[in-house]
Amino acid sequence: MIKTLAKQVGKYKTASILTPTFIMLEVLLDVMIPYVTASLIDKGISAGNMHNVYLYGCVMLVMAFISLAMGILAGKYAAYASSGFACNLRSAMYRNIQRFAFSDIDKYSTSGLVTRMTTDVNNVQNAFQMLMRVSVRAPLSMVSSIVMCFVVSCKLSIIFIIAAIVLLTVLIVVIRAVSNVFTKVFKQYDVVNSSVRENVSAIRVVKAFVREDYENQKFELAAKGLYKLYVKAEGLMAINHPFMNLVVYSCIIAISWFGAQFVVAGQLTTGQLTSLFTYVMSIFMSLMMLSMIFVQLTMSAASGKRIAEIIEETPDIENPANADTEIESGSIDFNNVSFAYKGGSGEYALHGIDLHIASGETIGIIGGTGSGKSSLINLLSRLYDATRGSVLIGGKDVRTLDLTTLRNSVAVVLQKNILFSGTILDNLRWGNASATLEECKQVCRIACADEFIEQMPQGYETVIEQGGTNVSGGQRQRLCIARALLKKPKVIVLDDSTSACDNSTDASIRASFARALPDVTKLIISQRIGSIKDCNRIIVLDNGRVSGVGSHKELLETNTIYKEICDLQNETNGDFDAPRKEDKQ
Amino acid sequence: MKNKSTLIRLIRLVLSNYRFTCLTVAVCIVITSVTTLASTLFTRTLIDDYIIPLTQVNNPEYASLAQTLFKLALILLVGVICSYTYNRLMVNVSQGTMLRLRTDMFKHMQQLPLSYFDGHPHGEIMSRYTNDVDTLRQMISQSLPQALNSIITLTVTLASMIALSIPLTAVSVVMAILMAVTTTKLGKRSRKHFKIQQQKIADVNGYIEEMMTGQKVVKVFCHEDEAIEQFEQINETLREGTYQANRIANIVMPVNGNLGQLSYVLIGVAGAALILNGHIDMTLGTLVAFLTLNKSFARPIANISQQINSVLNAAVGAERVFSVIDEKPESDDGDVELVNAAQASNGFLLPVIQRTGTWAWKVPATSSADGKPRFIKVDGGVEFKNVDFGYTPEKTVLHDITINAMPDQKIAFVGGTGAGKTTITNLINRFYDIGAGSITYDGIDISRIRKPDLRHSLGIVLQETQLFTGTVLDNIRYGRLDATDQDCIEAAKLVNADGFIRRLSNGYHTVIDADGGNLSQGERQLLAVARAAVGDPPVLILDEATSSIDTRTEIMVQRGMDSLMKGRTTFVIAHRLSTVRNADCIIVLDHGHIVEFGTHDNLMAQQGAYYRLYTGHEIA
Repeated sequence: MIKTLAKQVGKYKTASILTPTFIMLEVLLDVMIPYVTASLIDKGISAGNMHNVYLYGCVMLVMAFISLAMGILAGKYAAYASSGFACNLRSAMYRNIQRFAFSDIDKYSTSGLVTRMTTDVNNVQNAFQMLMRVSVRAPLSMVSSIVMCFVVSCKLSIIFIIAAIVLLTVLIVVIRAVSNVFTKVFKQYDVVNSSVRENVSAIRVVKAFVREDYENQKFELAAKGLYKLYVKAEGLMAINHPFMNLVVYSCIIAISWFGAQFVVAGQLTTGQLTSLFTYVMSIFMSLMMLSMIFVQLTMSAASGKRIAEIIEETPDIENPANADTEIESGSIDFNNVSFAYKGGSGEYALHGIDLHIASGETIGIIGGTGSGKSSLINLLSRLYDATRGSVLIGGKDVRTLDLTTLRNSVAVVLQKNILFSGTILDNLRWGNASATLEECKQVCRIACADEFIEQMPQGYETVIEQGGTNVSGGQRQRLCIARALLKKPKVIVLDDSTSACDNSTDASIRASFARALPDVTKLIISQRIGSIKDCNRIIVLDNGRVSGVGSHKELLETNTIYKEICDLQNETNGDFDAPRKEDKQ
Repeated sequence: MKNKSTLIRLIRLVLSNYRFTCLTVAVCIVITSVTTLASTLFTRTLIDDYIIPLTQVNNPEYASLAQTLFKLALILLVGVICSYTYNRLMVNVSQGTMLRLRTDMFKHMQQLPLSYFDGHPHGEIMSRYTNDVDTLRQMISQSLPQALNSIITLTVTLASMIALSIPLTAVSVVMAILMAVTTTKLGKRSRKHFKIQQQKIADVNGYIEEMMTGQKVVKVFCHEDEAIEQFEQINETLREGTYQANRIANIVMPVNGNLGQLSYVLIGVAGAALILNGHIDMTLGTLVAFLTLNKSFARPIANISQQINSVLNAAVGAERVFSVIDEKPESDDGDVELVNAAQASNGFLLPVIQRTGTWAWKVPATSSADGKPRFIKVDGGVEFKNVDFGYTPEKTVLHDITINAMPDQKIAFVGGTGAGKTTITNLINRFYDIGAGSITYDGIDISRIRKPDLRHSLGIVLQETQLFTGTVLDNIRYGRLDATDQDCIEAAKLVNADGFIRRLSNGYHTVIDADGGNLSQGERQLLAVARAAVGDPPVLILDEATSSIDTRTEIMVQRGMDSLMKGRTTFVIAHRLSTVRNADCIIVLDHGHIVEFGTHDNLMAQQGAYYRLYTGHEIA
């Protein structure tokens, strides 16, 4: 993990090295100032020499200013390096996510990816900055203080060493315990979060059933859990500071006792004894700082792991070497294909599918939820790979084809489709960045989207808001179809893509498809019999198996599932209003 | 100014809940600060009172030193104990206050009108419970005790410094003021940049959120390179923002530290000049002592300046928390209650404790003519009279709605998106309050009925099915908390849900999560219907699903709803032909107006709006 992250420092390496260098210089100057003070006192004041007083005073001033400059430079470079590092981390993650296959995307939730790219990066960035600034300062001043102690008095230094070991042991024990509790704290945060989220998104249900008190109790339980864990963690941490004081005070008393005897015996001077007291403070302050860094690092280690996970993820589907970039026709062959979602229950979503579709055919696909309709068409453009068997487009195995070529030739209008913020034209040009306005208008005519676009005050320049909330469901679907058509595909797949359009619009889209795209293979998934009954062939899926293939008429006679769906829709269950009405508003 | 009043309110809240604890903490802090100073000053005592005299005698006697050290040890031990006590107590104070704020906020949130939830993104509300409340932790547990500690140290040190030398104190104070001023100035500039940084983070957040949601579309369109390019630009502006913000924040510490050094040097030189010029009060010993004091004078100032950020953060966080707590709750002036009732032998209704399946409205004695509480049977008749409504006073979305639903009738609302169907049903259970006109329930104005009782008398199935994390049984029982397992199973059977529930891995005890990922949409809806059924309410509000759940599940849901509707007044937002055709009254809405009403046959004969909707054709 550390290796993966360290690689991302990249061009900010210089700044990352300069920062601790400046800090080192700053610390050295800080350490030297007391020595100059000693000279000022000894050679200046005691000697009654005002000239020396000014001389050493000036030296000290210059040193303080240099130290200030070093400090400012270190701060600046630390900010530069850490913000650059964070930027690189985000970038590396984002780039790798773009390489993800659908199965990889399924593995991480959207909100999870957002958290990793913001909160987690922020944690690591802070830890990195602290590492550069404090982790040099603390050990450096500790080591130099320890060295000075030994120079002054080896015997008394043993006291420090023993005390430092005791302190360190206690700190490690406390931090270990605390970081264990903190892992639980973060989990409990999720509980609190989901308790609030559930309540807020279901507030209508809560109010309708008058369950406010019940919800209060649920939340209080979650919040109390967090309280208890936090009190436990921080209660343990509360030991740290007083315990350090205890150790420091013990040292002071021990040094006073032994030191006084040494001074009296002439083994130590008064000045040396005084300096030992200063070193005690500085050693233990550094230890304390180190322990704090340690806590921070353990906390951000979790974030680092989550970031590294994304950067290191190898996509399930990658462009094949020596990929074929030529697709001649829109014929489709499923050769005994079975498919199971990775990380799912392991159950097959598709079993032994064997289908052969000629170029230019119009194929309808129908079946209940979970029957495998979307899984089937996802294999076409290699959004997922078949677990067994093979899928051929234009007679070539999709796994040998260049991904870009394949996906441009097989246009899928996804069931859960979305538009991006930007103008209508921007959105259309996702299909083909260099499409002219005329080309865009043409595909909109085929998708029956031209009419409503032209009625909008800004026409094709109308700005779509995030998620496409300012166009109706039916309009959004038609824009998505037009966008897909701009690719000039060999195969077009509509995955329930006209569900929000009214019947007549749905019919005219099908008619214009037949007219304008005679050579394109058309696959239409729908819940509505009306949308598919005129297709050349209809495939009925049930539980991942093909239950029947044939024309509307044939299936009515031979396929019970198809007949049942037809009967239900004809008799009682037509859609009444919203879709038909929606477009006329 | 706003920050200040928020902070005062926060501190008041802390003090009111932990009066005694805070007093103990304050005492402990005073003792701790004093003992810390005692240890600093002990060096001089050790040298002047013990070491120097001891070196001058031939046979050194250490007994009195041991005694003094023992005394010191005791004092310091007390300090350590006090230090632990206040640190530990502050954990309780800070976490307890946070717990209190969280639960207060949640309890208050439950009482807020729906319009509040409409106007705030859910992620933003959630963030108040975690991110905003968290800002208080550091402030309460660290900044407050540190501030007190610093003030005490500052006062004691200043007093000692003045006692030693007034001119040097002046130098020291000037430098301290300089430090405070630069810290504030830098802090201000840094805050400006931090605000910019937060904005940039929000931008990146928004971009990632949008692109990740559409990641599959990006892939289908091979749009990866463009997505990367765009992201790199936004990422770079964030990097610049972060750099600027941190650069200034990083300067504060070295500037303060080195100003402290500067002050040390200046005092050294000034002190030397005073000594060499023969100033009477100034000796070498005093100067050294003063230099030490000067260091402990600068430390609390640096401490306080470091805490400023956490205090400001806490002010912002607390303000957002208080703004929820200060939000005006849903009003409820009703005094009519819903009670279980039984028909007495003389035909009168009597209130009873146990559930009878018969309900009565209890009109309190104060508003009844004969000074006795009156009981009215709950039949489920609902009447709208000339009702106007708008989500905001400026824009009326429902105009002059008049509907009379007799008990057991089935009223269907039809009309396009935005016609006002859902809005009308939201008025019956008082999710929103009407602007003009009146709605009565069994002849009682619904504003006179206590809201909880009103809602208990209404069963509701929403289109967007919301379930809760828990077992299937828990979810059904949500409709009536005292329902037995058997009641829940009966309800599930009534609405046709029993079959699929038994097929789940653990039957009625299968745990489902809030998103209901392991259930199909139709199954989720069946559970919602069962949840409404278990409450056995006299009036039902149903919102049929429009979405494309598959035909067979849809039929199951439909049948479930049908059996639930029997014998109850039902308001249904209809999308199914069968529902509409079987309704006692169809109300056709358009842009908030009732344009037509009547039975299916009447309306078809009229060849008006309903006819057009039904046939899907415009009539020339």
